[in-house]
Amino acid sequence: MSKHEIRSPLPGTFYRSSAPDVPPFKTDGDTVSSNDAIGLIEVMKTFQEIQAGVAGGSIRFLVDNEEPVMAGQVIAEVDQ
Amino acid sequence: MKLRSVLVANRGEIAVRIIRAAKALGIRTVQVYSAADADMLAVKLADEAIEIGPPAPKKSYLDIAAVISAAKRADVDAVHPGYGFLSENGDFADAVVAAGLIFIGPSGDAIRLLGDKVAARAVAEKAGVPTVPGSDGRISSLADALEVTKRTGFPVMIKAAAGGGGRGIRIVNTAAELETQFPQASAEALASFGDGGLYLEKVITRARHVEVQILGDGKNVVHCFERECSLQRRRQKVWEEAPSFLLPPEVRQKLCDSAVALARSVGYRGAGTVEYLYDDETRQFYFIEVNTRIQVEHPVTEMITGIDLVEEMFRIAAGASLSVRQADIAVKGHAIECRINAEDPRRGFMPAPGRIERLAVPEGKGIRFDTMLYGGYVIPPFYDSLLGKLIVWGEDRPACLVRLSQALEQLKIEGVPTTVPLHRALAADPQIAKGAFHTRFLETWLETEFAADGGRAAEVA
Repeated sequence: MSKHEIRSPLPGTFYRSSAPDVPPFKTDGDTVSSNDAIGLIEVMKTFQEIQAGVAGGSIRFLVDNEEPVMAGQVIAEVDQ
Repeated sequence: MKLRSVLVANRGEIAVRIIRAAKALGIRTVQVYSAADADMLAVKLADEAIEIGPPAPKKSYLDIAAVISAAKRADVDAVHPGYGFLSENGDFADAVVAAGLIFIGPSGDAIRLLGDKVAARAVAEKAGVPTVPGSDGRISSLADALEVTKRTGFPVMIKAAAGGGGRGIRIVNTAAELETQFPQASAEALASFGDGGLYLEKVITRARHVEVQILGDGKNVVHCFERECSLQRRRQKVWEEAPSFLLPPEVRQKLCDSAVALARSVGYRGAGTVEYLYDDETRQFYFIEVNTRIQVEHPVTEMITGIDLVEEMFRIAAGASLSVRQADIAVKGHAIECRINAEDPRRGFMPAPGRIERLAVPEGKGIRFDTMLYGGYVIPPFYDSLLGKLIVWGEDRPACLVRLSQALEQLKIEGVPTTVPLHRALAADPQIAKGAFHTRFLETWLETEFAADGGRAAEVA
């Protein structure tokens, strides 16, 4: 089993859910499909959806909600 | 009241602009900044700088307690809020005054009154200013909303009473759409603004966005003529001009007088802008909203009137009467402002923070570049994408457009994509030269003219 890293394509602020009062897209341990949204990156007041990019099990987030991220930083890992 | 020092409660190019005005008046400047902004130009230019929190705006530039605490620590006389952030927050204005300081802007009460779109509309009507046909204040139910559309027809806009700046607006074309969208709009307004109040306005198709700059000292109010801001993308202004050159003189007079009447009716103090929609065909103008702060596009007004609006804000805040009388204010020539954003116009205006590798700024008669940039600066991703504003003046509009094209050729920003290619294409466009545009023009033009060659024709020219 290998780990797939999901990286932020842009610098910005990472959000785990689509709005402050809704549940996160995914929680640690969830299974993901390739085109599942796993979070949003806010960059200069616009929001870009981050997709898992791979199908796999047991996603694990490495960045907290509302944390600043750098371009290329690993946001989450997925077991494949 | 003495005003010898100011805290700049903002960032980016407007913080630089405020510091320059303060320095011209001999006022000591204190700049606040977030952890992401330690290297910004305003921090370097200010006499003193104070860090107020982490990068997220709500933990720094929007944190009233943090800003007030910095102002007290720096022992300043006044606070300038700039635009955006806390500039139109009545509670912030009150907190500044409660701390024994001068808020450079109108009172908290005036901000709240004019900031509530429904209340502002009532103020406008009372002052005899025409408003867009729509609901008589807030509407509480879908049934009431449907009743209003019998009068206005479709399409109508559902607007959030607490919205503004183009936010909290939905357009519906049929009664069925209204039935679906009305509850959603109310929930969204409640979530976004903490106030689910809605009102309806008829959509004026093919309207221009025209706005009047006003200055008031609490007793007297003058206007500094109007700006034309119809070139918008997603309700955000992209290119602004002054004056609105196709406005018939008698309409201009009525428009500007109406803005003064509105401001006078509330004893307005400070710089402000009254925004209107203008219908070329019927020659009717309709009040939209009042912005109780300095605006991004204020320099075009400064270029045609010679009045320094930010310096005037300082004088008014210090208790002085207006330094100009209406009879002394005249329009000379024409000015255009291009908003230079860190966005790639060829890739859906994708924002692009990053490092400025090289910067060459155009210089010369009638050219001004208000910016936050310097060579080597790293643009942080946490704030809006406005990097600077190229403002060009000419004896008349054709001369202004020629000079603008030359200045845009000389402006070089390397390291991040910018909207400079978009502005080069606009400056060379025959429809722009004719002035044949309205608020929906740019989005269509982007899909047709600009998409066709990606702005390359203007690149080569």
